[in-house]
Amino acid sequence: MLMGANSVKVMDKSKEKGKKKIGDTARNVPEEMVTVYIMGKGYRVPAEATIMGAIEYAGYQIKRGAGCREGFCGACGTVYKLPGDYKIHTGLACTTLVQDGMLLAQLPFIPNEKPAYDIDSLLPDVTAFQKVYPEIFRCVACNTCTKACPQDLQVMDYIQTAMRGDIEKTMDLSFDCVSCGLCAIRCPAEIVQFNVGILAKRLYGKYLAPESPELGQRLKEMKDKKYNTEYMEMKGMSYEDLKTLYYDRDSE
Amino acid sequence: MYPDYMRESLNKVEQSRNERLELAKSGKPVFTPMTAEERENVLKEFHPDYKEDARRKIRVGPNKGEMITAEVADMLESRSRIKPENFDLTHPDFNTDILVIGGGGGGCAAALVAMEQGAKCIVSTKLRIGDANSMMSQGGMQAAVSRTDSPTRHYLDAMGGGHFDNKPELVRALTEDAPDVVKWLEELGVVWDKNEDNSLQVLHGGGTSRKRMLSCRDYTGAIIMRTLMDEVRNHPDKIEVLEFTPTVELIMDENGNCAGGILYNLETEEYFTVRAKATIIATGGYGRLHIKGFDTTNHYGATGDGLVITYRAGAKLSYMDSVQYHPTGASFPEQIAGFLITEKIRGAGGQPLNIKGELFVFPREPRDVESSAFIRECLGRKKGIKTPSGRFGVWLDSPLIEMLQGEGYINKQFPAMHRQFIRYGIDITREPMLVYPTLHYQNGGTDINEKCETNIPGLYIAGESSGGVHGRNRLMGNSVLDYNVFGRRAGKFAAEYVKSVKIGKLSLEHIHDYEKELAKEGIETDRIAPVLLPSYTPEAVLKRQLTAHYEGTLR
Ligand SMILES: Cc1cc2nc3c(=O)[nH]c(=O)nc-3n(C[C@H](O)[C@H](O)[C@H](O)COP(=O)(O)OP(=O)(O)OC[C@H]3O[C@@H](n4cnc5c(N)ncnc54)[C@H](O)[C@@H]3O)c2cc1C
Ligand code: SF4
Ligand code: SF4
Repeated sequence: MLMGANSVKVMDKSKEKGKKKIGDTARNVPEEMVTVYIMGKGYRVPAEATIMGAIEYAGYQIKRGAGCREGFCGACGTVYKLPGDYKIHTGLACTTLVQDGMLLAQLPFIPNEKPAYDIDSLLPDVTAFQKVYPEIFRCVACNTCTKACPQDLQVMDYIQTAMRGDIEKTMDLSFDCVSCGLCAIRCPAEIVQFNVGILAKRLYGKYLAPESPELGQRLKEMKDKKYNTEYMEMKGMSYEDLKTLYYDRDSE
Repeated sequence: MYPDYMRESLNKVEQSRNERLELAKSGKPVFTPMTAEERENVLKEFHPDYKEDARRKIRVGPNKGEMITAEVADMLESRSRIKPENFDLTHPDFNTDILVIGGGGGGCAAALVAMEQGAKCIVSTKLRIGDANSMMSQGGMQAAVSRTDSPTRHYLDAMGGGHFDNKPELVRALTEDAPDVVKWLEELGVVWDKNEDNSLQVLHGGGTSRKRMLSCRDYTGAIIMRTLMDEVRNHPDKIEVLEFTPTVELIMDENGNCAGGILYNLETEEYFTVRAKATIIATGGYGRLHIKGFDTTNHYGATGDGLVITYRAGAKLSYMDSVQYHPTGASFPEQIAGFLITEKIRGAGGQPLNIKGELFVFPREPRDVESSAFIRECLGRKKGIKTPSGRFGVWLDSPLIEMLQGEGYINKQFPAMHRQFIRYGIDITREPMLVYPTLHYQNGGTDINEKCETNIPGLYIAGESSGGVHGRNRLMGNSVLDYNVFGRRAGKFAAEYVKSVKIGKLSLEHIHDYEKELAKEGIETDRIAPVLLPSYTPEAVLKRQLTAHYEGTLR
C-alpha cells in the first residue's frame, strides 16, 4: 500500500488479516506492519518480510534484482539507510529483513571489470593477479569491503592474500562469495573483489588441488571400456530381473 | 528462534538423541528401509502427484490425450506472446551457428564445448547469466569415482530411483560420462572437496548404495556455475551472451528443421530474430509455477519456458505427469519457507523425527518416497509440528551430525545452511531444523536421445528441461551431473550437425498451426506462455492495476 513519503497514517490492518490457502495447508496472513521507503516512496509491508518480499508486496514486478532468491546468486544487492543513522548499510534483498523506516534501493547492476584471460597460460602465483587484476595492488587496507559483505567474509583479507600470491588462502577465504558486488561498489580502490576470488578458486582447482589417484584409475578403466559388458547385461535384463538386482543390492 | 510452544517437542528430540547416536554408530540402518510394496503404498496415499486433481488430459499437441500435471497442461494450452505476421524473417537480426537458450549450467557447458569444436554461439538468457537453478545446488554431484563404486552401480541406483522408467541409454550416458565430467570441471578450476589422502570426498545421498556424492563444501552449484560462466566470459568473440533477453518462440525452416528463435528484451520490450543452424534448449525447470501451491526451491526464472516453445514446435514431452518434491524444504522461519535444506544433511547423519522425537522413516529413501513419508507423518498420522503461520514440518536433527562427524563439521561442510538459519537465531549445530516437502525438480521434459536430439532436426535439449534421464524420480546429485553430461553432449553433437546442415526459408507457421489446433479444440483462453516470470503481486495491488489499454511499453 503506497503512502506519502512523510505520512504517518497507519493502514487499516483488519483488511489484511485472515487465511490464505497455499499448498495443502491454510496459512495465516501477517498482522504486524511497518513502513519502508522503496526508492523514496513509502509503503506499508509486513514487519517480518524480507526486503525482496516487501518490494513485491508493494506491487513491484522485479526484473533486475532477483535471481535465486535464496542467497546464492548475488543478484539482489541492496543499499539502505535507517532512521537516525547516517550509515549506508548493505544487504541481499532476499535474506535481509525490513525494519521500520528503512530507506532502500536495489542495485540493478554492478559495473565491473572482467577481462578475458586464458587460464592455461596463467601460473598459480602472484603473477596471475598482476596480469588479470593489477588494480588489487592499489588496496589501501581500509576494510570497507569487509564491512559491506552480506556473507560476513573477510574480504580485505582475501585481497591481501591475493596480493601476496597465496592462492590457497584466497580460495579459502572467498569460497562463500556470492558475487553480489557490494564490496566492489564501496571500494575506494575500485577493486572487483569477487572476480579476484573466482580467479583464485579456479587457479587452485586447476593447478594446486592434489590429484586424486582413484579418479585417474577410473578414467583409465573408462577408456578401456571396462564396464561395457556389465552395461550390456543390465540393459538386456527384464524389468523383473533388474528390479530384483536393485532391491537385493548391498549398501555401503 | 523457535516459539515457546515447540519447546516440549524440542526437548523430546534432545532426550532421544543419545540413543539415536548409538544406533547411527552401529552401522545398521537407523530405520528399516521400505520394501517395494511399502514404497508404492505411501506414494499412492500421500504423494501430491497421486491426488485426484493432480493431472489432466492435454488436448492439443504431440502428447494430445495424455494425462499430465494439470498446471503444465494449462501452460501448454495457452497462446503465444507474438503474432507471426509481425516478423520479417527474411532479414534476421542475428545470424549464428548455434543459439543456446538458457545461461545456466547446461547452457554454459554446451556453449563451451560447441566453441571448442569451432561453432559460434549466441546465449539467450532470461536474467543474468548464472541466475539459474545450477547456481543453487548445495549437496553435490554424483559420479562413481571411488574404489568401492562403479559406473554400473551408479546406473543401477539411478534406474531404481527412477522406478525403472528412465531411458536406459540416457542413464548409461549419464553414468558413463560422469568420471570425465569430474576431470573436465577440475581442469576448468572447480575446487572439489578432497580427503587427506587426496581422493575425492564422497558422501551418500538419497537412493545411493555407494558413497558417490562429490561436493564443493555446500556451495557446489555456485562454484561450478561461476567457473563455467567465468570461462564463457573469457570468450566474448565466440560466445555472445544476451542477458535479460529470453527466447519466447522457436523459428523453423521450410523443411521442418529448427532454425533459431525469437528473443525478447525484457527491458525495452523489443523482439529480435535469431537465425541459427542449430538450437540448444537449456532453460531448466518449472518450480516457479508453484504446482499445487507448493513453495519452491527454484530460482526466479524457473517457469518451464523450454517445454512451451518446444511443444509448440512439435517436440514430444515425456514423463510430464510427475513432479519432484524435495523432502526437506525449510518450513520455519516463514521468510525462508520452501528453501532447500540439502540432502547431504541426511547423508552426513541428520535424522528426520516427528513431534515426539522419534524416527519414522529411513532417512535416505528416494525423494518421492521420503517426501510422502513426511507428508504422512504430518497429515496422516498427525505427528508433525505446526508453525505459527500454519505450515507443517518434521524435525531434521542436525546437532547429531556434529556428534557423529566431529565438532565444527557443520560450519566447515554446511556454511550456507548455517548462515541461512543463524540469521533467524537458530543455530543448527545445537537445534534441529523444521522441514516439509517443497517443489524442487521437473522430472520429465522434452524427449531426447543420448545425443540430446529431439524429434525435430536441429533442436537439442540439455539439463532439467529434458525428459527421460531420471524417469519419474531423480536422485540427488544426478541433475548437476545431468546438465554437465548432456550440456557437453548437446554442444558436441550440435556443433557437428551445423557443419553440414543447410537452413531453408525461415518460418513461424507452427505458431499459427498451434493456435488453430487450440481453436479446433474449442480452447479459448487469455493465458499467455512462456510465463517468463512469476507474479507475486498481492491481490490488493492487482485490484488497482486498472489500465484499460496497453500502449507501447507502459500499461
Ligand atoms: C536449490 C536447489 C538445489 C539443488 N541441489 C542439487 C544438488 O545438490 N544436486 C543435484 O544434482 N541437483 C541439484 N539441484 C538441481 C539442479 O541444480 C538443476 O536441476 C540443474 O542445475 C539444472 O540445470 P539447467 O542448466 O538445466 O537449468 P538452470 O541451471 O536452471 O538454467 C536454466 C537457465 O535458463 C534460463 N531461462 C529460462 N527460461 C528461459 C527462456 N525462455 N529464454 C532464455 N533463458 C531462459 C534461466 O533463467 C536459467 O538461467 C538443485 C536445484 C535447486 C533449485
Ligand atoms: S565478497 Fe563482495 S561480492 Fe562476495 S559476497 Fe561479499 S560483498 Fe558480495
Ligand atoms: S575496500 Fe578496497 S581498498 Fe578497502 S580494504 Fe577492501 S579491497 Fe582494500
